[in-house]
Amino acid sequence: MTQLALVIDLNVCVGCHACVTSCKEWNTSGAAGYLSDDNPYGKDPTGTFFNRVQTFEVGEYPNTQTVHFPKSCLHCEDPPCVPVCPTGASYKRKEDGIVLVDYDKCIGCKYCAWACPYGVREIDEHQHVMTKCTLCVDRVYDQTLPESERKPACVMACPTNARLFGDIHDPESGVSKAIQDNGGYQLMPEWGTHPANHYLPRHKQEIKVREEDLERVDNPLKVDGRLPKPALKSPSLDDVTSW
Amino acid sequence: MRPAPSVILLTTLIGVGQGLFAALYTAQVFDRIGLIQGPTSPVFYPLGCAIALAFLAVGLGASFFHLGRPERAWRAAAMWRTSWLSREVIVLPAFMSCVFLYGMGHYLGWPQHRIVPGVDATLVIGALGIVLCALLFLCTGMIYACLKFLQEWHTPLTVINYLLFGSASGLMLATAYAAIVEPGVVRFFAAWAVGFTLAALVGRGASLVRNARLKPRSTLQTAIGVKHPRIVQSSQGFMGGSFNTREFFHDMSSAWMRSVKWMFLLAVFPIPLALLAAGLLGGVPALLAVAFLVQYAGLLAERWFFFAQANHPQNLYYQRIS
Amino acid sequence: MNRQTTFPKGEQPGAPPLEEIKTTTCYMCACRCGIRVHLRDGEIRYIDGNPDHPLNQGVICAKGSSGIMKQYSPARLTKPLMRKPGSARGDNEFVEISWEEAFRILEERLARIRSTDPKKFALFTGRDQMQALTGLFARQFGTPNYAAHGGFCSVNMAAGMIYTIGGSFWEFGGPDLERAKLFVMIGTAEDHHSNPLKMAISKFKREGGRFVSINPIRTGYSAIADEWVPIRPGTDGALLLAIIHELLELGLYDRDFLVRYTNAGQLVRLDEKSDQYGLLARDPDADEVNPQYPQNQVWWDRHTNRPVATHTEGADPYLFGSFTLPDGTPVKPSLQLLEERVKRYTPEWAERLTGVSAATIRRLAHEMGVTARDQKVELPIPWTDSWGKEHESVTGNPVAFHAMRGLAAHSNGFHTIRALSILMTLLGTIDRPGGFRHRAPFPRAIPPSAKPPSGPHAVKPNTPLGSLALGWPASPDDLFVDENGGPVRIDKGFSWEYPLSVHGLMHNVITNTWRGDPYRLDTLMIFMANMAWNSTMHTMEVRRMLNDRDESGEYKIPFLVVCDAFQSEMTAFADLLLPDTTYLERHDVMSLLDRPISEFDGPTDAVRVPVFPPKGECKPFQEVLVELASRLKLPAFVRADGSRKFRDYPDFIVNYETEPGSGIGFLAGWRGKGGEKFMLGEPNPRQWEMYAKNNCVFHHQLPLSYQYMRNWNRGYMEWAQRTRIRRFSEPVLIQIYSEVLQRFRLAAQGKWGTRRPPERLRTRIATHFDPLPFYQEPLEAQLTDTNKYPLNAVTQRPMAMYHSWDSQNAWLRQIHAHNYLHVNPRTAKAAGVGDGDWIWVESQWGKVRCMARLSEAVEPGTVWTWNAIGKAPGAWNLAPDANESQRGFLLNHLITEELPGPEATVSNSDPITGQAGWYDVRVRIYKAAADEPHETWPRVQPVAPIPGVEGVRKVWQAFVAGRRIGK
Repeated sequence: MTQLALVIDLNVCVGCHACVTSCKEWNTSGAAGYLSDDNPYGKDPTGTFFNRVQTFEVGEYPNTQTVHFPKSCLHCEDPPCVPVCPTGASYKRKEDGIVLVDYDKCIGCKYCAWACPYGVREIDEHQHVMTKCTLCVDRVYDQTLPESERKPACVMACPTNARLFGDIHDPESGVSKAIQDNGGYQLMPEWGTHPANHYLPRHKQEIKVREEDLERVDNPLKVDGRLPKPALKSPSLDDVTSW
Repeated sequence: MRPAPSVILLTTLIGVGQGLFAALYTAQVFDRIGLIQGPTSPVFYPLGCAIALAFLAVGLGASFFHLGRPERAWRAAAMWRTSWLSREVIVLPAFMSCVFLYGMGHYLGWPQHRIVPGVDATLVIGALGIVLCALLFLCTGMIYACLKFLQEWHTPLTVINYLLFGSASGLMLATAYAAIVEPGVVRFFAAWAVGFTLAALVGRGASLVRNARLKPRSTLQTAIGVKHPRIVQSSQGFMGGSFNTREFFHDMSSAWMRSVKWMFLLAVFPIPLALLAAGLLGGVPALLAVAFLVQYAGLLAERWFFFAQANHPQNLYYQRIS
Repeated sequence: MNRQTTFPKGEQPGAPPLEEIKTTTCYMCACRCGIRVHLRDGEIRYIDGNPDHPLNQGVICAKGSSGIMKQYSPARLTKPLMRKPGSARGDNEFVEISWEEAFRILEERLARIRSTDPKKFALFTGRDQMQALTGLFARQFGTPNYAAHGGFCSVNMAAGMIYTIGGSFWEFGGPDLERAKLFVMIGTAEDHHSNPLKMAISKFKREGGRFVSINPIRTGYSAIADEWVPIRPGTDGALLLAIIHELLELGLYDRDFLVRYTNAGQLVRLDEKSDQYGLLARDPDADEVNPQYPQNQVWWDRHTNRPVATHTEGADPYLFGSFTLPDGTPVKPSLQLLEERVKRYTPEWAERLTGVSAATIRRLAHEMGVTARDQKVELPIPWTDSWGKEHESVTGNPVAFHAMRGLAAHSNGFHTIRALSILMTLLGTIDRPGGFRHRAPFPRAIPPSAKPPSGPHAVKPNTPLGSLALGWPASPDDLFVDENGGPVRIDKGFSWEYPLSVHGLMHNVITNTWRGDPYRLDTLMIFMANMAWNSTMHTMEVRRMLNDRDESGEYKIPFLVVCDAFQSEMTAFADLLLPDTTYLERHDVMSLLDRPISEFDGPTDAVRVPVFPPKGECKPFQEVLVELASRLKLPAFVRADGSRKFRDYPDFIVNYETEPGSGIGFLAGWRGKGGEKFMLGEPNPRQWEMYAKNNCVFHHQLPLSYQYMRNWNRGYMEWAQRTRIRRFSEPVLIQIYSEVLQRFRLAAQGKWGTRRPPERLRTRIATHFDPLPFYQEPLEAQLTDTNKYPLNAVTQRPMAMYHSWDSQNAWLRQIHAHNYLHVNPRTAKAAGVGDGDWIWVESQWGKVRCMARLSEAVEPGTVWTWNAIGKAPGAWNLAPDANESQRGFLLNHLITEELPGPEATVSNSDPITGQAGWYDVRVRIYKAAADEPHETWPRVQPVAPIPGVEGVRKVWQAFVAGRRIGK
């Protein structure tokens, strides 16, 4: 059974927000639209977004990590938002595991948002229905798009390719391999929601320079006579040992 | 969580309606088996049911304000297999129908027509009503108690307290109501009201103690999957707020929270009990009505506190702007 | 969304919407990615990256994805406006006029200026991408007072590197992360070359490369560095010099590279009495080949132990030592002088200045040196060098660097960047795989051959300038000064104060003309630069100057023309306000004559083609210039009979040639009558069409053997000369020792021809024009009591905002609606400041009130904020109570454009290049009083929407493929 998902590589995400606005842009005019904005040019502008990039600081100066952390619906394998929905508007597709909201059925009771520990559902204040990441379901099956573009808008946009998209149930898929090879993990595993989206952790690349690497026969200083051999007459062990 | 007035009204008002109905039916049952001298006024049951229905209806009405698309509310009955909210949506009107029939039956004099000896139609309808009433408490409570990561709610105490608070407030209303319509059962209702209020005190006290000792299972570490003792959010990714910052944060100080807690503890328990005692002993029926009103006001505060105290793990993601 | 529906529902049931894709080039920042604008029924459905574009290969950033909200920005100007008669400048009161009226006013005024004293007209432009055209206009007009914003952006980066290696970062070149193993990024601003760099860093990291970021702040790219090395701002030079010290001491340099491709082995004359002192020794008997770039320098050959012409077959120079030429002149190789210079720059010395431990400095040096030496890349690409030697392969040392404004925007930045270039050179990484690689038209000669005018005589009524207004001085003879050594340009560019100010000094134009020093302008035309707000230092003072009048009541800047697409803070000060278009409504070129988007593997240029007609009466600034130039009959724009030569800008682009018949135009692709030629060729009437059909980009991939070692690659040089990218084909030897700088120093010592710096500037010139890099504190720090103002304050550029440009963007402003001052918790604690507190930030020059945000990701001696988020109330058509003006602030208020000098003030700029010292400001912080209002300070009067700008702000809105919902 297919489970489409995003795998987000925190090791390369620079926090540029490309995924945030490309998502907004695609979806406001797409099947999950529109995504309204309140006070667009006034005080405390606020609007519906399916995807956000957050920033965390880990550790204390000077050993600080700055972690950019994109977050959208994780399309849980056991999504707590689905069974609580009284109308069935919130559902998980059998064929690909995408969790969606049927706007025609949604009554805007917000209960699904309460039931989501990840804070990834947003009610659109003017459509009055619950909205969320659709994994761009209106892109990924669109036969009019070239195959290479049948991906979520955020994945297409991401300049660092930090967002991988694919079927995590297919062990041969790129996303599955990325999870296995890089220690991909899920958010808040304590709730048993089994998010389909995974995150790849930071890892640190080091270069080990050994003392002996610094001295070499081909040291160019020798060419210019800057590493001269000791003069024949300078003291040596030979002068002071007799046996 | 940010307490929603519509939900506070819904849960408290239907609680009163449920409690009042339960009081009426209890009186009838006790009367029928001869434990008390039953009400004699012909309006006692019909009017009582009308009042209970009024509470239930206003509560139901309030709930519509919680919906983004109230015109589609009927759809909410669809998912009764999985959703406690859906179940509530089914049980509430069913219960209201029972209350209506029960009251109507009394009004039409069905108690005079026994189906089998000692049992008339109202007694059967009422029994069904009591079952639905209990189910409704269960549904309402479970809507909150089933959300496992809202740890403050995820306890049987949530359901128990909904039942106890609803019953206590309904009985308190029944006491005041009886004082006007049927003074003979005032003390009967008062005794039940005192009992349930004290039980509610125990139940709520237990949940307060429990919640004060809760350790959040989700932390910033599990939220972002980074294992380091010191993690601080520096930006939630947007500055002007969003649904996630509006719906899940009450933005009140802890001092305010403390005062609300003490306010409801006083208004729900000792004050109404004292007023009840004063009313009964002093023979001032009006104090009984005041006792109900104070307790109801206290319940509004209690419900506000119930929602506000629930700390949603999603809040870990929405800590700071920059 | 309906359960069954997986495709967008058509807006109208029935006929399916008409879907259409148009390609063009983004302009949400200066990165210039290829984009596809998807239209539905003629309206924008969405904009995405063009997968077939060489620059961004399909990706797009947050800004690019928000282009829709720029197109529909409520701040758009739509009508030409004239300051309302009787109203004061800055009152923001305007009346509508027609374009015809606007052109008439301009034509009359500019014709008068041009026929009397053309330099009284100045044209300065902000973040434009059309300097080839604006520069041509100024030159044809005859005014030298022209520049773009490079002087306050990153001119140090351009000049420091181009004067050393013949190329620089960003459009000019960059790190080859495809083959690098170690990548060191120093002080980078994140808005430069952003998408390609993001793509490359990610790929680099995934392939196991090690990424070190040296930066006082850990945001953006630094976040994903494998190691963050926090450093105190303005001390990068010390760090780099200490690394050079360590590399030279351990012999961790690429000797072969230094010998053949740099002037490391060239002998420097050390005969102090001679007026040749410090110049490179030359063999007078040898052929200098090219007098402008002589080729007769001398090595001291190791084998024969005597001087020989450089690159003599079989010879190998000493890089160290002290020698005496046969004529008795004492000489030393350049590298010897560098070694002597860096002797005192030990890691321990640098530790005290930079805050980076000596051990870390050593380790960094070792990592660089050992990686460069031991992980050599070899590509099987045969090539021939400029001296005829055939090489079987191209080799490289895989250590790459990137740097930008963090190094540049200090008054000591030029030498810091020289030090960086030399470090890159010592490691042998210039135009080699895994190191730094050029982008066409770079490498250019050192210095490039274009020169600024050389004296006041160059400015003549009704006559074009003989040269471009901006150029590359090679000696004091190339300075643009009068007989007293005084400046001729309004910004004092190319004067003794800032001899190598190759991008001008836009930041001093208003102050200088206001003061009448060196003179007053009549008309100042500003295109797309927010000089009344975030594109200026000392903002409040500059706003006062813009409004100031002389005794006769006339404005000190008599006529101010502003052209912009949006109602910014600057527009309020305009006498004449011209509405520009957005990037989706115009033709544009990213020309090789300007700053193209070339790739490492070959020249690339690009165009924009309009997707929409201009909104209202908007007119692209290019059209304004072509129209004005035609009306003023500027020679390049009219035929011999004085009639108009170009119908409009697209016509100009196709048909203009740098000289009649030169075959060189603004666009290199699809030239020749039928589009069959490139680089050179006759105008092609269908050139625009061909660009439009080809993703709006022309990319010529060089043969592999021309792609590397281009400074000294004979094949490439000949190709470049044939295609007229280069005038000369002499090799571009890396200038570890800069003879150009020494020439200026000689002048200060009275040893250079007749040109002498004025007395007051002699020491300044003699000190700063050091042929070898040296470290000194930034000028401002030298003038500051650092006990009182202990902190450095700098800005960072958020990746989701381009300068001040995106506060009008409904989507982007939700990400950055206001800004905080980020402070290390230790620093905050010492100042008694808590997270979220309102605080004062104070420098010697001003103060601002803002909010503090504590952060562990900033060096404790530094505080920082996002650049240009703060706005004036009402500007950009935001509500007067919008976050940007209530809680947003500018650091600019704390920064001065001038520093007190011994006799007169001098610009707060690098004394060599005139680079604005934005990042030099020193501040202190303290808590605001409890009773102070919770709003930022200073405050300015709110401005209201002006005619042509949408008057009503939406309460809410939503966008659906062109349909705008809301109320």
